[in-house]
Amino acid sequence: MTRRWLDANPWIWSLLGAVLVWGLTVASVEGRGGIETLSTALGFATFYVIVGIGQMLVISAGPGNIDLSIPSVMMLAGYLAMGVMHAEDSGLALGVLVALGVGLGAGIANVVLIRGLKIPPMIATLAAGFVMQSMTIAYSRGSTAKPAPLLLQFSLARVAEIPVIAILFLLVAGGVAFALARSTFGRSVLAIGQNARAAYLAGVPIRRTMAAVYIISSLLASVAGLLLAAYSGGASLNMAEDFLLMSIAVVVLGGTSIAGGQATVTGVWTASLFLYLIVTMLNVLGVSAGLRYVITGLIIIGVLAVSKGRKTA
Amino acid sequence: MSETTGSLVVLSGIAKQFGAVRALAGVDLTIHPGEVLAVVGHNGAGKSTLMQVLIGTIAPDAGRIAVGGRDESGGYDVRRAHALGIRCVFQELSLCPNLRVFENVRILHHRLMGLGWPRRARRLVREALDEIFPDHGIDADAAVGDLPIGQRQMVEIARAFTVTDQPVRLVILDEPTSSLGARAAEQLMQFTRRAAARGISCIFISHRLKEVLEHTDRVVVMRDGQAVSHDRAADLTEAQLVERMGVMALAAPAVAASARAGAADRAVRVDIRPIAGGEIRLLAHAGEVVGLAGLDGHGQRGTLLLAFASAGSHAAEAKVLGSVAYVSGDRPREGVFPLWSIGRNLTIGLLRRLAHGGFLSPAEERAVAEDWRQRFKIRTPDVGNPILSLSGGNQQKVLIARAFAGGADILLLDDPMRGVDIGTKQELFEQIRREADAGTCFLLYTTETQELQNCDRVYVFYRGAITEEIARAELTEDRVLRASFGQTGEAERADAA
Amino acid sequence: MQREVARATPPGGGAVRRRLSGRVLLPALALLVMVAVIFYLQPRAMSYTGMRLVLRYSLPLMFAAMAQLCIIAASDIDLGLGAYIGLVNSLSALLLAERPVLGVVSLVACVLAYAAMGAFIEARRLPSIVVTLGASFVWLGLALLVLPTPGGSSPAWLTTLVGLRPPYVPLPIVAGVLLAVVGHWLFMRSSYGVVLRGIGSTPQAVQRAGWSLLTARSVLYGLAGVFGLLAGLVLTGVNTTGDANFGAPYTLLSIAAVIVGGGEFFGGVVAPVGAVIGAFIMLLTGSLLSFMNVSTDWQLSVQGAILILVLGTRALQRRRA
Repeated sequence: MTRRWLDANPWIWSLLGAVLVWGLTVASVEGRGGIETLSTALGFATFYVIVGIGQMLVISAGPGNIDLSIPSVMMLAGYLAMGVMHAEDSGLALGVLVALGVGLGAGIANVVLIRGLKIPPMIATLAAGFVMQSMTIAYSRGSTAKPAPLLLQFSLARVAEIPVIAILFLLVAGGVAFALARSTFGRSVLAIGQNARAAYLAGVPIRRTMAAVYIISSLLASVAGLLLAAYSGGASLNMAEDFLLMSIAVVVLGGTSIAGGQATVTGVWTASLFLYLIVTMLNVLGVSAGLRYVITGLIIIGVLAVSKGRKTA
Repeated sequence: MSETTGSLVVLSGIAKQFGAVRALAGVDLTIHPGEVLAVVGHNGAGKSTLMQVLIGTIAPDAGRIAVGGRDESGGYDVRRAHALGIRCVFQELSLCPNLRVFENVRILHHRLMGLGWPRRARRLVREALDEIFPDHGIDADAAVGDLPIGQRQMVEIARAFTVTDQPVRLVILDEPTSSLGARAAEQLMQFTRRAAARGISCIFISHRLKEVLEHTDRVVVMRDGQAVSHDRAADLTEAQLVERMGVMALAAPAVAASARAGAADRAVRVDIRPIAGGEIRLLAHAGEVVGLAGLDGHGQRGTLLLAFASAGSHAAEAKVLGSVAYVSGDRPREGVFPLWSIGRNLTIGLLRRLAHGGFLSPAEERAVAEDWRQRFKIRTPDVGNPILSLSGGNQQKVLIARAFAGGADILLLDDPMRGVDIGTKQELFEQIRREADAGTCFLLYTTETQELQNCDRVYVFYRGAITEEIARAELTEDRVLRASFGQTGEAERADAA
Repeated sequence: MQREVARATPPGGGAVRRRLSGRVLLPALALLVMVAVIFYLQPRAMSYTGMRLVLRYSLPLMFAAMAQLCIIAASDIDLGLGAYIGLVNSLSALLLAERPVLGVVSLVACVLAYAAMGAFIEARRLPSIVVTLGASFVWLGLALLVLPTPGGSSPAWLTTLVGLRPPYVPLPIVAGVLLAVVGHWLFMRSSYGVVLRGIGSTPQAVQRAGWSLLTARSVLYGLAGVFGLLAGLVLTGVNTTGDANFGAPYTLLSIAAVIVGGGEFFGGVVAPVGAVIGAFIMLLTGSLLSFMNVSTDWQLSVQGAILILVLGTRALQRRRA
């Protein structure tokens, strides 16, 4: 009975991990700053969550589906939006539109490459990512990339110690979870993810669904880029550095199956918190950068082995 | 004990349990050298499990395995089985599609290595193919993935009979003829006789009872995990076999030819030219059950898929007037969503109809699934159970129910009864009948000529085109068979011209 | 009659797999075109010294591509290869010159660790994409522990090796041909190579035939570890110094090289010769741009465009077939 519940709710492992690590962190500083740690964690984790949700949808659409263009979309959206905003509130609306436009354009480009030119998703998004990264590098020379003050405030705002963006994306995550379970779109994605051929023969609208999945992922990446650039006070060329690996890590650690057809949005949140808290704890303990990386890597592999290893193929 | 002396393999008291399911409940089986043995039984009777014990991929919980008089029970595994000369050709093909034919032979023979191994491997497979399937036309350098399924099966069978350092003594063939065309199947059967004369035993697992009685020496019937009878094939009739398997005697196909006479006046649903062209078009009306026959891989499946893709089209070459639904017999690849429950596997076929503004109501969903569960008598206590908890036949019921539930005007059935036991098959054909009476049009592709008796009209395919259209009243196996080879009155005249 | 039937009917199971020589033809053509354009724009590149300069970094990339090929042959993916190469680079730069014994031991340990990773993935049936992702953190972390700041030096023998000047044909091309031959023999001709490719498409079939999947995967990952080791060593030789982050671009570039060269992500379809060609293609984009006087900011764009071009064409060919 417990085994079945554990299998149906794989996010529990990363939640336990997150709680454990948070506890250890708080204990190591004699119980101070627990709430502050949690609050900061929620804030930073939100960015992983935003791209994680998009990556989760792509991955659950079936084996081979992955979006490697996420960091490049983030950067391009962040840079262009900041460039348009010119650090003024009057540029805010346009900046947001530009960011979303980048997301939409990138998503459509990915769809054309994958569905139209039949290029495998890993290579298609990789290539698209290369192109966008290139564009960003060229654009970044001689651009002032500062956010509109309103956006900056919004990205840093808190309500009762909880960052507003975290609340926003907790709600978004809830919506996505609901859609996955109860909407025709969600069912379609999960059907395609389990057995694309059977889905086609059962009348599931494959083209529409797959296009939507990649466009949503790119849109979310552009939003993440916009907010991250604002949060950091401006865009920079290395702002999305670890987002490629992290977007995959939070999806799989959270319990979504890499083989597709089974997704958990809750897991994206718990895994994001878990991963961020690990880094925080290691920082607090004064661990060197190298050791931090090693421990993070070992924990990722460890959690994976525990939560997934026992299933037989 | 005298029965078992000089025997090749003796299985005694083999038992195997998978969780709560008792797959084998103490099976005793003796196989003699140079005999052709058939193992028949219901789906779930334990045939495949027993063969897996024999080939060493599953270890039994209890019982003894003796090969050539020696007890091999301890540490019996695949390598040991191979060393003793026991091979198996599974239902699920065991070839690597990215490798060439001769490379797949290498996979089976661990000692086939060192300098010049490709040449030896090529020679091995060519000789085996030439001996078993003369005129096979298979290139030993071809990638297996490029071969049609019939040829893949031939390669796999031939491979099982190749010999390097260890002799072949027993070959297990699990439903080998289901993927082979009629001619290749005949060649295989004849070969096993010659092999038996040389001392190589064959075990056939098959649902094709007529084939079994015609071509084997002995028939073992399995039921509920036990071997309940074994007789000489010559002493048995089909009806007796069916009885021993525990199924009610086959009712005669309930198709009154007269009742179906008016069908041709009804609305045309499908009007397609088959994929390779030809004179005869495939025509189907509402309320009709139209059969597609002929050798496997001659365009029937392609025509069905063309119909599926042309839903709603009025194009000259492919008119499909109405909504379509597709049911495939290849469950794992084309039908089942393995992570989902029975209910979800069913309702995926009617999402748009069930949804309100794009969203589904769980209560409604459950009610619909439950309704169909009852209608099809799907053997499960709860539609929320995972679909893989069902037996193969019941899974097939779910797939067909999915198509029915969608309320489509035209149902395309692609060999849906493959590997389904007789009892379930009967139930399903009754459902099809009922649905056809209510106006649904059916296109049924089947590789078992007997099933065509459920059709109003039959189109026989050959090389991608239709060679003959046969009405129910004029349907004979002989006529279908000849048309399958292009030998129709028309074709013969065309050849002469 | 059977023969005619076989040809008339469509192949079962879906996509047509073109013969391997056909797969490699397209990237070979692309490479030739690129080389022709480069020579046209900059005739001086046609000289021995010219080619040596242009192809300097092809050595580490071709070994990286072969390493990635080993993993892709198993229908897996290695997202940690770049970090591993960085680790090898750091270890070799720090230890090989001053303390060669310790250096050799640590490098052997690296290869064994890779093989162990393969065994781990097989034994626990884990997705390679996440395990190698986690491993990438481990390799990078270890590299940072070894070299917190860039430093170290290349041992004399390594620098000499990398600086070899074979007659008429520069080292990178000689090495490329050798590597292609070795890789081709390993995967396409050797009797065990057949088994290794088999596990990439139908592992159950291979297992049913009595082979150990654990051994096979460990061997594949171990081979990847060896090729990755060579890549890292060569990188040390070329850069004459070590840096934990040197290997970073090789992950994605090696994937691109294998796929452009005719490999596929699933199904055990790999072309070792193509992977070497792919490495050259990816590398030459930088040179192509600088000779066209285009800012190297756009180098990534060109690599992306080439990927799209080659794969789009391949897909079109498949549809027409």
